[in-house]
Amino acid sequence: MSIRTCVIIVLALGVVACEASHTPAWAQKVKVAVGSKAFTESVILGEMLSHLATDAGADVDHRAELGGTQILWQALVTGEIDAYVDYTGTIREEILADSARQEPAIESESDMRAMLRQKEVLMSERVGFNNTYALGMRRSVAGKLGIEKISDLRRHPQLELGFSDEFVERSDGWRPLKNKYGLPQTRIKVMDHNLAYRGLEKDSIQVADLYTTDPEIKYYDLFVLEDDRGFFPVYYAVVLMREDLPRRAPQIAEAMLKIEGLITPEEMSSMSARVRLDRRQEKLVAGEFLNSKLSMSLALPQEGRWAGFNEVIQRVLATTWEHLFLVLISLGLAIPTAIPLGILAARNEAIGQTILGVVGVIQTLPSMALLVFVMPLFALVGMGIGPAPAIMALFLYSLLPIVRGTYTGLKQIPAAIRESAEVLGLDPKARLKLVELPLALPSILSGIKTAAVINVGTATIGALIGAGGYGSPILTGIRLNDPSLILQGAVPAAVLALAVQYGFGIAEKRIVSPGLN
Amino acid sequence: MFRLDSVSKSFGTQTVLQPTSIEFQAGKSTVLIGPSGCGKSTLLRLLAGLLTPDSGRVHFEGVEMNPKNIVQMRHRMGYVIQDGGLFPHLTCAQNVGLMAAHLGWNSHRIRNRIEELSDLTRLPRPALDRYPAQISGGQRQRVGIMRALMLDPPVMLLDEPMGALDPLVRYDLQEDLLKIFRGLGKTAITVTHDMGEAGFFGDHVIMLGEGRIVQQGKLDEMIISPANEFVTRFVNAQRLPALSRPKESA
Repeated sequence: MSIRTCVIIVLALGVVACEASHTPAWAQKVKVAVGSKAFTESVILGEMLSHLATDAGADVDHRAELGGTQILWQALVTGEIDAYVDYTGTIREEILADSARQEPAIESESDMRAMLRQKEVLMSERVGFNNTYALGMRRSVAGKLGIEKISDLRRHPQLELGFSDEFVERSDGWRPLKNKYGLPQTRIKVMDHNLAYRGLEKDSIQVADLYTTDPEIKYYDLFVLEDDRGFFPVYYAVVLMREDLPRRAPQIAEAMLKIEGLITPEEMSSMSARVRLDRRQEKLVAGEFLNSKLSMSLALPQEGRWAGFNEVIQRVLATTWEHLFLVLISLGLAIPTAIPLGILAARNEAIGQTILGVVGVIQTLPSMALLVFVMPLFALVGMGIGPAPAIMALFLYSLLPIVRGTYTGLKQIPAAIRESAEVLGLDPKARLKLVELPLALPSILSGIKTAAVINVGTATIGALIGAGGYGSPILTGIRLNDPSLILQGAVPAAVLALAVQYGFGIAEKRIVSPGLN
Repeated sequence: MFRLDSVSKSFGTQTVLQPTSIEFQAGKSTVLIGPSGCGKSTLLRLLAGLLTPDSGRVHFEGVEMNPKNIVQMRHRMGYVIQDGGLFPHLTCAQNVGLMAAHLGWNSHRIRNRIEELSDLTRLPRPALDRYPAQISGGQRQRVGIMRALMLDPPVMLLDEPMGALDPLVRYDLQEDLLKIFRGLGKTAITVTHDMGEAGFFGDHVIMLGEGRIVQQGKLDEMIISPANEFVTRFVNAQRLPALSRPKESA
């Protein structure tokens, strides 16, 4: 090859490299991630922020239906998301709970704003509505009994009350409310929030706890009792935004904050009604609202929630893949970790008890707590939301069954057999490989099988942190009270669990010595 | 072959073997006999290196046993326990050939040796490819003996090898075993509590009681001139059916 050809090739490669690295200006959009919690109002507000940012030129990723305040807050602080809508009451009670104990009381929204600022988070002005707890009754019943205010309930001790379990437990829930108003009622039915509406309708209960923006208030024509002693704290919706967003993309942050003061309680309630009662998409409802209220001209796809058969199949296949990914990777990591731990545990009683104790404790941690615990670790490498923390949690949950299976399998080997191997002249390594592990294999396999089946079920928590899987349709289905969606997650999850069980049965026949049956 | 210098062993506060010195001659068959808990099995396990002595030294072929050389020494000992101690996940042939395969023998050599041993121990060939759970107790014991003989060790250590067998099977196997030891010139050390077996196998019999050697020599000597009351009682405890039948009065 001549020098000239070499030069030409190098130049050509250089040109290609330059082309590749040079992306046109129109493609260099600011990336913005918006979050929302797993209830309809939050998803609508998340869609609204996404519309506003997209319209201002951002490339928006809406991490919808994440599993709760702590997960969203972690995601915000670590930069996995840039903004989401939360409520002042929640910010005071949950997000700033620790600071509130040390510092002087948080009196006002500006106190909150100042404290959030220390954590490099901005709090917007109110979105416009207060979504707090309230007590509600059927209008006709309240009218007949002459009840207008919560304190009027004192005169009617015979009334039956139906509350969600959360309301019964909360520090701003039933017990303190009863004390504050001196209410005489003792007959409380604890029930699912959605069932409480039907209970009111059928008169099996007369009073229920409500969220003030619930669309069902209007649908069932409920009467909201006045909180005449000011018991319920306010839950004004506000945007929480990372401080660096206005610096990074001022025009986008500004566009998102158009939501300030934009939504009245009635408007919020009617948007929720359109999603929950009319079954329209959140994206559509949020977009139509912006188009009419802010005279924007967002292009909105007019598709219904009811998908065709092919779409359902595709969605199930996609969630299956996400689910399998979570299960297989976590199990693939757990097996080579747990088996050596089990061997170590069987070899040394003291270390063994420690290992079994630790993996046992991990097993008892609620999945949500475990997720909140591992998320910040992954956030350090920019993977706080998505499959990584879910895989970590599943990995940790898989350890106990496999460690215990290995430990038990090795411990169950009769002393005579173990000695026979020793006295034959096999060194410890060979004894483990040729005799002890093969004999422990059925127990190890059954540990792995247990871990796999548990994993298939537990991997649905992946949906809480945006890792997808069968949990996503289940979560959305519960939120929208849509059984067909729930089944799209639940049925394949059950089938997968059975398949795992069956698969292990076959594998066991293949790799376990027939002499052990 | 083996030499013990003041070897003792305790488990917790219980002394199972008082300081004992003894030598086992090459090519001879020695039987360790005594009641349960007398220390006979402990002595055998010390010889096999399964236990380390609290005091004293164990020598094998003139070399003091230590944790480093024990693995090598075991290739020159065959160890047989009650019911064979076979590995249930391996076929009988795999059980017998396991150590040789681990030492790198080729499969042809292994198979030849296994067939040779199955003839020697009169194990039917088809049993070789079965799993231990699929054959009889007597056959299992024969496989255990084959496994111990695989590397052709000069010493055989047997811990109550007939303990789990019915009398007829036991009788045949005792005959075969003695023929093998005599024929191959093995040094055999057998633990038993059966006087008949001791007399049948033992060129030399050592009786133990409460962790010490009570009497040793030929079995006849023990029966004719027991060293003490303990030996007398142990010898007389072996009941024969004809002797225990009550006499009918005339």
